[in-house]
Amino acid sequence: MNVVVCVKQIPDPADPGQMDPETRTLKRDVKLILDESDSYGVEMGLQLVDAAGEGEVVLVSMVPNNEVSGLRTALAMGAGSAVLVSDEALAGSDALSTAKVLAAAIRRCEADLIITATESSDGYTGTVPVQIAELLDLPSATFAKSIEIDGDVAKVQRQTEDGYDEIECSLPCVVSVTAGVVEPRYPSFKGIMAAKNKPVDELDLAALGIDPATVGWAGARQEIVDIAEAPAGEAGEIIHDEGDAHERILAFLDDLKIL
Amino acid sequence: MPQLQTTYPRPPSSFLSDDHDDFRRTVASFVEREIRPNADAWEQDGQCSRELYAKAGAAGFLGLRYDPELGGSGLDFMATCVLAEELAKGDSIGTAVALMAQSEFALAILADEASDELKAAWMAPAIAGELIGAIGVSEPDAGSDVAAITTRARRDGGDYVISGQKTFISNGTRADFITLAVRTGEAGPRGISLVVFPTDTPGFEVGRRLDKLGARASDTGELFFDECRIPATNLVGEEGHGLRYILSHFGGERLVIAAFAVGIMERLIELGLDYAGSREVFGGPILGLQTWRHRFAEMATRLEATRLLAHHAARLLSDHEPPGDMAVSMAKLHAADAVQFVAAEVLQLHGGFGQMEESPIPRYYRDVAGFSIGAGTSEIMRELIARALI
Ligand SMILES: Cc1cc2nc3c(=O)[nH]c(=O)nc-3n(C[C@H](O)[C@H](O)[C@H](O)COP(=O)(O)OP(=O)(O)OC[C@H]3O[C@@H](n4cnc5c(N)ncnc54)[C@H](O)[C@@H]3O)c2cc1C
Ligand SMILES: Cc1cc2nc3c(=O)[nH]c(=O)nc-3n(C[C@H](O)[C@H](O)[C@H](O)COP(=O)(O)OP(=O)(O)OC[C@H]3O[C@@H](n4cnc5c(N)ncnc54)[C@H](O)[C@@H]3O)c2cc1C
Repeated sequence: MNVVVCVKQIPDPADPGQMDPETRTLKRDVKLILDESDSYGVEMGLQLVDAAGEGEVVLVSMVPNNEVSGLRTALAMGAGSAVLVSDEALAGSDALSTAKVLAAAIRRCEADLIITATESSDGYTGTVPVQIAELLDLPSATFAKSIEIDGDVAKVQRQTEDGYDEIECSLPCVVSVTAGVVEPRYPSFKGIMAAKNKPVDELDLAALGIDPATVGWAGARQEIVDIAEAPAGEAGEIIHDEGDAHERILAFLDDLKIL
Repeated sequence: MPQLQTTYPRPPSSFLSDDHDDFRRTVASFVEREIRPNADAWEQDGQCSRELYAKAGAAGFLGLRYDPELGGSGLDFMATCVLAEELAKGDSIGTAVALMAQSEFALAILADEASDELKAAWMAPAIAGELIGAIGVSEPDAGSDVAAITTRARRDGGDYVISGQKTFISNGTRADFITLAVRTGEAGPRGISLVVFPTDTPGFEVGRRLDKLGARASDTGELFFDECRIPATNLVGEEGHGLRYILSHFGGERLVIAAFAVGIMERLIELGLDYAGSREVFGGPILGLQTWRHRFAEMATRLEATRLLAHHAARLLSDHEPPGDMAVSMAKLHAADAVQFVAAEVLQLHGGFGQMEESPIPRYYRDVAGFSIGAGTSEIMRELIARALI
């Protein structure tokens, strides 16, 4: 069972750096780390490979520079190898370009299953997973809270507002998993050391046969036209209980149309 | 607790590699996910959850220095330092003590001296976090003076029969086994041996869980032994060599305390800088006052001196260099002073708020009081340094 997990390497949310006023995107010249959203997919992939008793988790990641530290984290968790697509021409890629590049890289792996997160923590368009599926002409399931492999079928529980749907996809397929549904293992010191010797296949656009004019700033069909500061959180209302607090809380919730 | 605005600008350490930095991130996220959210509850309960040992075991924390055959990672004391520094930042020193009393105190002697059978039976499951271990040396009438212990182990055929009492034992109230110091021979230093004591042995009883000033999430127990029969094969190393084993393994415990102090000082300085930056007095932030800017400079200097001394000691201990023992005594002595100084300064900085239990500051203040006592008092550290020197 070979599971490809797409992992995005992003600026550390605890220390995200600056927005670039010209391109209106996040500057990515800082150290990039594993997007926490993807740690759930890595964990799920590892559990599926364990359950199958054979195969490995292969990571696929795309970055404009040749950052590997996020990949090392996922390799330290137990993934077997990684494919890194790295090319300066990738800077400014929109979601579709990203999906094209990832799809081209995934094609080179013999994947039984492709896992992504539902959305990344920095771009969060949530569009890449289904785009990959479309480009590879594979079935896709989204918002998975669990994946079980039964023969050549993936049984997926898809999170819904009220509960979950049970769906089945023939393999190979693309499944996006929801954050928080498994407990990602911690990369141990042994894992960290072992990760250094695991293969990371670095590819550029030429190696994938992708024309640089179709990706990056050059090929982007999506443009960020404006960015604005998030409005500061407003001070909450403090209700002092004078015997009627419960009524005022109900009225407050009623106003918000929560009740 | 809101996210801190300040991250302590830790200088790169020439003693550590990139792998240590990555491992530090692992431990920091473990603290963030597993410890800090539970800290208040565990402090209240007087112990952390048993499940935490399994999680720490799975993350490889409990066997960093031990044989990979037993599930360890085969590393050295530098890794121990990083683990202890980060675990200490979870706002519950007791939890950090509970984990490391197992990994560095209870297991260290077994790693070097126990038989392969004992290692397989006790160390391997403890490294995996399936069993909890304790180190049982101190008694009501024997603390600093380890050679004064009286808990007796009488040889009877293929068994030892143990009677006596221990106190102040970390993890004592729920340990599955104790690396236990007993008297097998004459009075004095040469009559002491170590055994692995399974706590399901008939005649063993846990007395009170002791109610203490700080480190409250670490359970500290009184233990009673009444004619407890264990197989003689549970002897660690050779009979009569116990005191030597104990004294030669105190280094790890002392290093852990020094590294805890480093982590706590980082956390306290972060908390302090955050508070001083936002709290306004007489029309400006406290951080604008030179009095306090200089006090932060002093705190950071003592922190860095402690870190260097601790890492230096860790390097020497790892390389089995004899001056390691003196260096680690110095590191622990200095660490206890420094962390108590910083805790008092940051408490003072917080004014009235620093007295409030809703802030983590009073807890740290109490937690560090014991740093000049446990694992050898500051007076004993000075005595050891003097002996090495003079
Ligand atoms: C609002 C907005 C802001 C943006 N900000 C920036 C910016 O600051 N700087 C910049 O350079 N670009 C920026 N972009 C471009 C953006 O990073 C790309 O569109 C991105 O590569 C894919 O979109 P996403 O992150 O929204 O993917 P999503 O569809 O949210 O991602 C879902 C999942 O797909 C996988 N995945 C996505 N991207 C990758 C990848 N590169 N490698 C491996 N797996 C991946 C992951 O599993 C991810 O969790 C922005 C785009 C938008 C629309
Ligand atoms: C929270 C906590 C956890 C502990 N966990 C464990 C554990 O897991 N296992 C274990 O075995 N023990 C444990 N201990 C016991 C600890 O090791 C002892 O408390 C410590 O060694 C001091 O011994 P004592 O309390 O008997 O003090 P004493 O030895 O009675 O010392 C009293 C005072 O006399 C001073 N003094 C003693 N000798 C000298 C000297 N030669 N010169 C100058 N001054 C001297 C001491 O410095 C101290 O100030 C723990 C203690 C605490 C507080």
